[in-house]
Amino acid sequence: MSVVDRQEWDVVVVGAGGAGLRAAIEARERGARTAVICKSLFGKAHTVMAEGGIAAAMGNVNAGDNWQVHFRDTMRGGKFLNQWRMAELHAQEAPQRVWELETWGALFDRTKDGRISQRNFGGHEYPRLAHVGDRTGLELIRTLQQKIVSLQQEDFRETGDYESRLKVFQECTVTRVLKDGEKVSGVFGYERESGRFFVLEAPAVVIATGGIGKSFKVTSNSWEYTGDGHALALLAGAPLLNMEFVQFHPTGMVWPPSVKGILVTESVRGDGGVLRNSEGKRFMFDYIPDVFKEKYAESEEEGDRWYDDPDHNRRPPELLPRDEVARAINAEVKAGRGSPHGGVFLDVSTRMPAEVIKRRLPSMYHQFKELADVDITAEAMEVGPTCHYVMGGIAVDSDSAAARGVPGLFAAGEVAGGMHGSNRLGGNSLSDLLVFGRRAGRHAAEYAGAAGDERPRVDDVQVDTAAAEALRPFSAEGGEPSEGPPENPYTLHQELQQTMNDLVGIIRREQEMERALEKLAELRVRAGRAGVEGHRQFNPGWHLALDLRNMLLVSECVARAALERTESRGGHTREDHAGMDRSWRNVNLLCALADGADGPAAADAARGRIALTRETTEPIRPDLLALFDKEELVKYLAEEELYE
Amino acid sequence: MSSYEARFKVWRGDVQGGGLEDFEVEVNDGEVVLDIIHRLQATQAPDLAVRWNCKAGKCGSCSAEINGRPRLLCMTRMSVFDRDETITVTPLRAFPVIRDLVTDVGFNYTKARQVPSFVPPEGVGPGEYRMMQEDVDRSQEFRKCIECFLCQDTCHVVRDHEENKPAFAGPRFLMRVAELDMHPLDAAEDTGLDRKRTAQDEHGLGYCNITKCCTEVCPEGIKITDNALIPLKERAVDRKYDPLVWLGSKIRRR
Repeated sequence: MSVVDRQEWDVVVVGAGGAGLRAAIEARERGARTAVICKSLFGKAHTVMAEGGIAAAMGNVNAGDNWQVHFRDTMRGGKFLNQWRMAELHAQEAPQRVWELETWGALFDRTKDGRISQRNFGGHEYPRLAHVGDRTGLELIRTLQQKIVSLQQEDFRETGDYESRLKVFQECTVTRVLKDGEKVSGVFGYERESGRFFVLEAPAVVIATGGIGKSFKVTSNSWEYTGDGHALALLAGAPLLNMEFVQFHPTGMVWPPSVKGILVTESVRGDGGVLRNSEGKRFMFDYIPDVFKEKYAESEEEGDRWYDDPDHNRRPPELLPRDEVARAINAEVKAGRGSPHGGVFLDVSTRMPAEVIKRRLPSMYHQFKELADVDITAEAMEVGPTCHYVMGGIAVDSDSAAARGVPGLFAAGEVAGGMHGSNRLGGNSLSDLLVFGRRAGRHAAEYAGAAGDERPRVDDVQVDTAAAEALRPFSAEGGEPSEGPPENPYTLHQELQQTMNDLVGIIRREQEMERALEKLAELRVRAGRAGVEGHRQFNPGWHLALDLRNMLLVSECVARAALERTESRGGHTREDHAGMDRSWRNVNLLCALADGADGPAAADAARGRIALTRETTEPIRPDLLALFDKEELVKYLAEEELYE
Repeated sequence: MSSYEARFKVWRGDVQGGGLEDFEVEVNDGEVVLDIIHRLQATQAPDLAVRWNCKAGKCGSCSAEINGRPRLLCMTRMSVFDRDETITVTPLRAFPVIRDLVTDVGFNYTKARQVPSFVPPEGVGPGEYRMMQEDVDRSQEFRKCIECFLCQDTCHVVRDHEENKPAFAGPRFLMRVAELDMHPLDAAEDTGLDRKRTAQDEHGLGYCNITKCCTEVCPEGIKITDNALIPLKERAVDRKYDPLVWLGSKIRRR
């Protein structure tokens, strides 16, 4: 039996971004002893990179805004596939979650009368995003981090120990959720710094690990986004929902190559920036889909008037939801009207004075100046789509954030599915983190409290198995010669990224996805021989070898679900099934670990490790449907749904 | 522009010791130093330890010293160096090394805990906060901080003076005190907490003799010395004698 350090906690939160920290704060405030585990240093999570803002219908800038309007926008953005109860709770609770941040010390940009300023964003009918310039994510993470510190200071005053009730285990990676029968019993992980293994025993585990972007070559996501939480849930027996929906943000940097994919915030367009092709044309006017025709301007003049007089003009099509803009850019480049480095032009320089640009978009100014030698106050940026966000995720109960099928497991933030349907609106992510982070923390604390002294037992065999799994890359050299030579994890990762980028990217085709599944099967086999040099102390090659398991699992989910859904909707575009199909409107695709997934099936592209099932979504509540015009619903809902 | 082979010296080792290791490595158009470190990992030194995260200058993880100067690896473009120059990358000097380019920055997290948090004003509920933009501008500048700890690394008070660490919070956390002190709604005073006094008495503000090294290395361009530390010193003077401010006030009076 391995000798592994063990500690007891009530709630363990995996991930320290916006959702994880908000969950931890809530759990601790409700009396649960709470541990947070994160792969990076405390305060460095990917949330820090969010730029535009937090969507919340506070109505500070346009009093016409309220939760119903926000709900409508969210459902439209997600093409009505959203888990509607989540979209409802999100729209209702987001303002409270933003205001609460102010009481913890957050400093948002202000309106003239001293309230929180709100900015326009794609798909939002009114100015709705609370923001701090273009560094809103930093403000969010810092505020939550400082709130955690303040709770620790309270605990210190009472107990003499900062970490008696709330502790952050930074630079640690969780590789397995442990179970006692059906129920969660804790987590197994390692310290990145020392390589030492540890077990945190806890009846409730909140997964808040973010997304999967590192499986794609061109991505705005940081190294942490290896789909860990998605994989942990799958391996623990919880299903993933609608994994085919991956958001390609329309505007990532395209040059120089080393920064390809880094995000260019949507605020550039929200604040007046326009997209042009190589002919100088504002091409978005040619790409307004039928479902949005009534809501968007038909001429540049009308679009330009909207910034000052939104009540009497329609918004410019640059502010369509992200999936629409990304596809349009893709089409322009493909038609030969792209910029020199394979993107299109995004211009603010001719739209705003230099001083305004520097004040409202300081990090974009800085980013282009430092990384691309481009002065965005004087010339246009070159931008193109970049893998940004996964709408799919752990299937959860809308109210409690509890994962389906595994008592004690909760999920919040990007790793949870359902909230955003087939496409997420900009700004709805940060609010999602806060609303469902808090809910997950609350319900995890209540669940742990109800467990009382009947704590689930951690099984030694599971701990030993997890330890052996984590150590395997060090013994790759000593494997059977017939199995093949050891593999370099960096090479495997690059091949995976290229595969997902080329074959399961922004525009998808049946044959390509089939090829992707074959390639994934090959990579799975080779990843079994991923070997590393050196020892366990801060060894990035080893860390990557372990993360590969997660990326391969999640990539298979994306590819299988994308192959299954024979329509185009939101973040899933099929060239061979171009239109949105109303009969798919009420279909969820669930991915679960297949029986015998660790056996020979893993090497077989047709079988693989993932089993896919369809389920019918719960009908949308009538009072929520009544928020829409009948004419609009006809475009989305199937006949039988309309007349029920 | 084309690719070329660059010469690198990278410090490798751990608490037991270590030294500079030589590498020759390909460099392409537009790359930053972090790209080169990643190429070394992928092709020559798979266990080379480096801390990084966003690779966009937003998270402040990849702090190290390049040719002796504290910098973010992801925001230092290769084009700022001559092609025949040997580039030396070493870990942050003010913090204990863990392995290769990774240091133990725990000092900063300890100091963060010693600064009392924001105190919400009594009787003002969520949603009722009213603050004017011009009143939050100053604190907002300090909240741009990405906690890369380059200022903490470069500050001569602690850079080669381990003995000063217990008494000195460092520029980043003195700036945090200033940020809270300038927050329009912070109610610390109502609870008897005098932030200016604590800057001097508990966080070692007096050690700072405004050489502005912190401002120089700040990748966010925050004017730490001018906008945070000096005003804090001036505000502290009412309550506590500070020779620097005393001298300043004498000179100005003439």
